Amino acid sequence: MYTQAMDIPDESGKKLAVVPGAASEQEAAFEARIAADGRIEPQDWMPEAYRKTLVRQISQHAHSEIVGMLPEGNWISRAPSLKRKAILIAKVQDEGGHGLYLYSAAETLGTGRDEMLAGLHSGKAKYSSIFNYPTLNWADVGVIGWLVDGAAIMNQIPLCRCSYGPYARAMIRVCKEESFHQRQGYEALLVMMKGTDGQRAMVQDAVNRYWWKCLAMFGPPDADSPHSAQGMRWGIKRISNDELRQKFIDATVPQAKVLGVTLPDPDLKWNEERGHYDYGQIDWAEFWNTVEGNGPCNKERLATRVKAHNDGQWVRDAALAYARKQKERQVKEAA
Amino acid sequence: MSTAPALKDWPLWEVFVRSKQGLEHKHCGSLHAADAAQALHMARDVYTRRQEGVSIWVVPSVAITASNPDDKGELFDPAADKIYRHPTFYEIPEEVGHM
Repeated sequence: MYTQAMDIPDESGKKLAVVPGAASEQEAAFEARIAADGRIEPQDWMPEAYRKTLVRQISQHAHSEIVGMLPEGNWISRAPSLKRKAILIAKVQDEGGHGLYLYSAAETLGTGRDEMLAGLHSGKAKYSSIFNYPTLNWADVGVIGWLVDGAAIMNQIPLCRCSYGPYARAMIRVCKEESFHQRQGYEALLVMMKGTDGQRAMVQDAVNRYWWKCLAMFGPPDADSPHSAQGMRWGIKRISNDELRQKFIDATVPQAKVLGVTLPDPDLKWNEERGHYDYGQIDWAEFWNTVEGNGPCNKERLATRVKAHNDGQWVRDAALAYARKQKERQVKEAA
Repeated sequence: MSTAPALKDWPLWEVFVRSKQGLEHKHCGSLHAADAAQALHMARDVYTRRQEGVSIWVVPSVAITASNPDDKGELFDPAADKIYRHPTFYEIPEEVGHM
């Protein structure tokens, strides 16, 4: 996963308003269950704002999974060995599967998948900005596994305890599979670091280009994150953006050392007093610019996605025509 | 983009997977498919990529009748005060041993 969704408003969230007060009996029951850290299931009553927030977050999350297939899919035909190719195909297939788990979870809230896909394809709905950057060399594939999936795991683990049952269950499946993604990426980089100077330089270059983008994946600083507090109250979000970002940095610095790469931040250093690494300024203007659609690959990603969907139309039509024909044949035989 | 209705027309199926011979089929998610055979095929690709199952059931979601959450009290609360239905309700002298 790659969700940054609690903090990134899109069209679907615009009408979202939390009505305070208006405490009906149902609402009181809902609030009591949330307060007791209970789970909400599809048939349970829930406030409209809770439902909308979830549809927005889960569908953005699902979109991120399937758009995330594109930068890596780009390298399937050029993987350096059959082994790496098989691994990469498995990983990209997993991302498609994660998208499906998540679309299914979102559908339980009453929004159809076609509607969600239409939102993605028209550019109304957002997906994680990290995929709007290009994958320029093979090391990028390793770095996506190590850092992008690493950041995603950090983000996703707390979502396994999300108050909405279907989302939490989908996340448990996703997290189990995501661990393979991170490890295969890190291992691919380890192999390159044992290679030539040129290969080591490729790894360092990929890390340089992706490090800051990965830190931005956790979303804006807590102070600029107005949706977060409501998400926390509802048990949709469990840990704040800044806290998750710090956890990711603290976990990644020793991994970078083992790998033998430098993280491109002169301000990155251990703070004994805090018991954490200090780090430099994230370029939020660049982040928002990409969210707004002006990153290096936004147009290409969306166009590829729409083309894939449209090119697959005949397959969907044929499957449906076949199913109808089979049904008619059955009816005729029974008669 | 095209707004062809195909995806909308693909019905929803619930997927149940038996993780191992001797265990029950357990609900693991849902998917859209044109017919039962395609639903099975897709369930295999989506839910058993890592040997999670030895058998799959797919059921049209519309075929499932679910209890209403509003009836929860009526349906399930009566069991709450029937603690005599549990073995721990009964005190048996220790010398009897395991029973």
